[in-house]
Amino acid sequence: MPAVSKGDGMRGLAVFISDIRNCKSKEAEIKRINKELANIRSKFKGDKALDGYSKKKYVCKLLFIFLLGHDIDFGHMEAVNLLSSNKYTEKQIGYLFISVLVNSNSELIRLINNAIKNDLSSRNPTFMCLALHCIANVGSREMAEAFAGEIPRILVAGDTMDSVKQSAALCLLRLYKTSPDLVLMGEWTSRVVHLLNDQHMGVVTAAISLITCLSQKNPDEFKTCVSLAVSRLSRIVSSASTDLQDYTYYFVPAPWLSCKLLRLLQCYPPPEDGAVKGRLVECLETILNKAQEPPKSKKVQHSNAKNAILFEAIALIIHYDSEPNLLVRACNQLGQFLQHRETNLRYLALESMCTLASSEFSHEAVKTHIETVINALKTERDVSVRQRAADLLYAMCDRSNAKQIVAEMLSYLETADYSIREEMVLKVAILAEKYAVDYSWYVDTILNLIRIAGDYVSEEVWYRVIQIVINRDDVQGYAAKTVFEALQAPACHENMVKVGGYILGEFGNLIAGDPRSSPLVQFNLLHSKFHLCSVPTRALLLSAYIKFINLFPETKSTIQEVLRCDSQIRNSDVELQQRAVEYLKLSSIASTDVLATVLEEMPPFPERESSILAKLKKKKGPGAVSAGELEEGKREGGEVNGAERPGDNAAIAASNASTPSPSADLLGLRSAAPVSAAPVSAGSLLVDVFSEAGPAASTAGVNDDGFLSCSSALSSAPPSVVSEDPAPPLPESDELLNKFVCKNNGVLFENQLLQIGIKSEYRQNLGKLPNTLRNIVLLIFIALLNEILLNVQLKPVDPLVEGGAQVQQVINIECLSDFSDAPLLNIKFRYGGALQNLSLKLPVTINKFFQPTEMSSHDFFQRWKQLSQPQQEAQKIFKANHPMDTEVLKAKLLGLGTALLDNVDPNPENFVCAGVIQTKAQQIGCLLRLEPNAQAQMYRLTLRSSKDTVAKRLCELLSEQF
Amino acid sequence: MIKAILIFNNHGKPRLSKFYEHYNEDIEQQIIRETFHLVSKRDENVCNFLEGGLLIGGSDNKLIYRHYATLYFVFCVDSAESELGILDLIQVFVETLDKCFENVCELDLIFHVDKVHHILAEMVMGGMVLETNMNEIITQVDAQVKMERSEAGIAGAPARAVSAVKNMNLPEMPKNINIGDISIKVPNLPNLPNLPNLPNLPSFK
Repeated sequence: MPAVSKGDGMRGLAVFISDIRNCKSKEAEIKRINKELANIRSKFKGDKALDGYSKKKYVCKLLFIFLLGHDIDFGHMEAVNLLSSNKYTEKQIGYLFISVLVNSNSELIRLINNAIKNDLSSRNPTFMCLALHCIANVGSREMAEAFAGEIPRILVAGDTMDSVKQSAALCLLRLYKTSPDLVLMGEWTSRVVHLLNDQHMGVVTAAISLITCLSQKNPDEFKTCVSLAVSRLSRIVSSASTDLQDYTYYFVPAPWLSCKLLRLLQCYPPPEDGAVKGRLVECLETILNKAQEPPKSKKVQHSNAKNAILFEAIALIIHYDSEPNLLVRACNQLGQFLQHRETNLRYLALESMCTLASSEFSHEAVKTHIETVINALKTERDVSVRQRAADLLYAMCDRSNAKQIVAEMLSYLETADYSIREEMVLKVAILAEKYAVDYSWYVDTILNLIRIAGDYVSEEVWYRVIQIVINRDDVQGYAAKTVFEALQAPACHENMVKVGGYILGEFGNLIAGDPRSSPLVQFNLLHSKFHLCSVPTRALLLSAYIKFINLFPETKSTIQEVLRCDSQIRNSDVELQQRAVEYLKLSSIASTDVLATVLEEMPPFPERESSILAKLKKKKGPGAVSAGELEEGKREGGEVNGAERPGDNAAIAASNASTPSPSADLLGLRSAAPVSAAPVSAGSLLVDVFSEAGPAASTAGVNDDGFLSCSSALSSAPPSVVSEDPAPPLPESDELLNKFVCKNNGVLFENQLLQIGIKSEYRQNLGKLPNTLRNIVLLIFIALLNEILLNVQLKPVDPLVEGGAQVQQVINIECLSDFSDAPLLNIKFRYGGALQNLSLKLPVTINKFFQPTEMSSHDFFQRWKQLSQPQQEAQKIFKANHPMDTEVLKAKLLGLGTALLDNVDPNPENFVCAGVIQTKAQQIGCLLRLEPNAQAQMYRLTLRSSKDTVAKRLCELLSEQF
Repeated sequence: MIKAILIFNNHGKPRLSKFYEHYNEDIEQQIIRETFHLVSKRDENVCNFLEGGLLIGGSDNKLIYRHYATLYFVFCVDSAESELGILDLIQVFVETLDKCFENVCELDLIFHVDKVHHILAEMVMGGMVLETNMNEIITQVDAQVKMERSEAGIAGAPARAVSAVKNMNLPEMPKNINIGDISIKVPNLPNLPNLPNLPNLPSFK
């Protein structure tokens, strides 16, 4: 017998619905609805008391009208009245109306709460369930206040019916989500966790959602759920397909619950208990094995359910990232799915592989599927799947396959779906930049990008190519030549004209020697595009023209002619007109010298985070890309800067970046060993950049041990004279160091002889394309307050430095692994015949290698929980040394190098930050939480990091800062 | 968590909408339209997942849907749900509807919105899955129907009698066939073309 027989509906309702469906036009429908609304309104307002049946009928009509998209602004009171009916049907419809139509801030909540309270205490399971449903659906703060205490009791009471328990579990979850502060689990914790053992699978199904959410928020308190979840999972996985009766779905035992159990385990690191871990690994292996067994049914539901579990198991394996065997098996399994005939499986396989690509164990294995993925990008019929394929290509890209992947993505762009073009363009641009081995390839790629998908090339992309060309003088000529050729196409994209105008305006002289691209030819080519372009591009071209006048005086008269014509000088657009007038005047009044100064070549752009990356992040939302970027960074760490370094075992290698030539970039870092009298202990670090390399040093010629030594002006003694042991660091150097934890620029040291300024900056992948390491450039200005003679051999500057002059040294530092002692800076010079020996701590602390990581609140807490082992946390409570000003605190935390995350901590007074320390050996994720207490003038600082020493060191450093 | 469950027909007419997060009514209608627009333009035999529309949270959310004859069943979920698991859940939902309504069709959903809500409430509560066992769900629904019958037996009898009489005078009521819904079966006329029995559909698009 069908559960709902069709005859017993309400006739009035059926008639009304039929009327609506018969309406021929939207207007007729609205008319009919308005008539009905008026009717119901009058019935509700009328004197005659309505019986339950009529109320129910009218409320149902209102529901139907609401579904059609019309606002319902009355009837709420009648619905609330229905709640207190003791007839099930009336009560039920009242609750339905409220859960569909009442939102959490309604004034009626108090009345509703009353009705709910009565039903909860009725001990009638059906009524209790209705009430619990209503709480879960509305889930307002007031409801939480009223019931947060009651519901846990119902959930764990021994005599509660199973169906009520199920509802109570999810109801509690909803209240916990809306008002976590009101739901206090304390005493219930262990009984809630033990619901995982409940005999009734429905109770487990409902409870596991609750436990998962609670574990994410309080991993420590709910730790015991891991072993319970593993044993429950193992019982399900090993059961025969008939054991679980009703919970067997198309021959698969309890697929939904299995998935949820596997998800719960993803909240925790691998179990520490060997027996539990063994059992879990066994489960995972069983699940992987089952995938290879012949299906028990041909129905798609069977394979769906089986694969749902399989994908969750793979997700858990990837999450643990510690079992190479399982990882490789998972990768192979996904590889099979990549070619499966079911589109859904291909989609999911591509998606899972994306995360797998970031694991060091499986990155290589993922790369073997490159051909299949490229093929998917070309042949999949479904744009969602193609998008996943593009994501995966992006994720698996590294130096070895970058050229192939970028070429494939470019060729796909020509036919790509409009909806994903912009994202594809950004990805191509990022990959091209990140993995560029030579810049000409990079320039070619970006110009191709503009040619193929010009409309989708956002401003950021073409800004970026210009930034890079300007900062890299070895590519400027090539860029000018290429862009000149590209502009010769009869129809070229406006973005190409922009890039062309900018680059020829700056570097057109580099190709002007060739008669085929003589100044006039270049100008005519640009100007032929002028009239087809929009105003901003024309403005840019006008600037290019005036730069031409400076670069090529022979074009002056032609260009002045152009500027002078009415369409420029009287242009209706103010900006264009102004430029034309000003440039014309400038070119006729100013002398060549002035012109040359005004129109000088653009200075290099400051190096900062790629604007394209920022754009992609914005497109993807916070969190989404940052994780991906980290992954890439992780893989990169091992490959770049592969050159052997003498100081490889030291934590820091310094290289000399003061010379533009890339071949001379390595400043040999001598380990502390030869300096036997070094005051630092053997394990600590010494970057004595400024001390010299012993007697071998000569005054001239290339010295790859570059050093700086100072000798007296009169003595003209050979440098070996000054070869001395470094002095012990100044006693105040620790204090000096602390000044620089949260800032990058400033004066490090000052006495009557000299002043040492520091300017350090992150060198990200701009300019130094292939390098994703976050190097720091330290600029040390040595301002000599008195007359000293400098003999600088590190770089070819004038060895005679007058008093008051500056000498600049650039140290390039790469972090090899984490460290806690700052490197020493040793400076020696002669002043008035006396040897001055000065040792300072170079303000390089571990936090300088932070890369900020944006993440959502959810991600943050998930990671926070993952770092739950006691040694991963360092905490300190300390008194404020400075006024507790929020803005100052923010600035300091930003100066620390981490990302300051807003809206993560439920308490807005607190600060949370996240960042990854980039070292050559590994990436160390760090999470920070600072809780100021204004009344007590105290702070509590908590750091969690995947490496215990890092958390400790950062905690020490930071506690001095506030 | 499940953010929303939407059912609409091939023309985009909503047949059920249940949001587990609060949006205002206008936004809800826009979400339904946007979702219909996204889902309906997809070919048959493509995959059942796609990124959510902008209104409901963009790529952080997924739309997981199945197309049965004239109806689309769309679940909008966040990343904490298993895609294939939700696909199974849709199947359980539809099979349950089919058992409760005996060969469910679009008209059943139209004329029994409240029942559909009640069946759904036995499966999903506050965006979380309450029960996946079809027999358990049907037992609960049956119990409700029994209660309704027993109540109707006492109090509802007169109304039901009146309704039965009036029904006889109203031949056009059950027969209305809307232009948009040609393929819909008409209640009380079992020999009109019926929708295929859902669980036996060969492909679940």
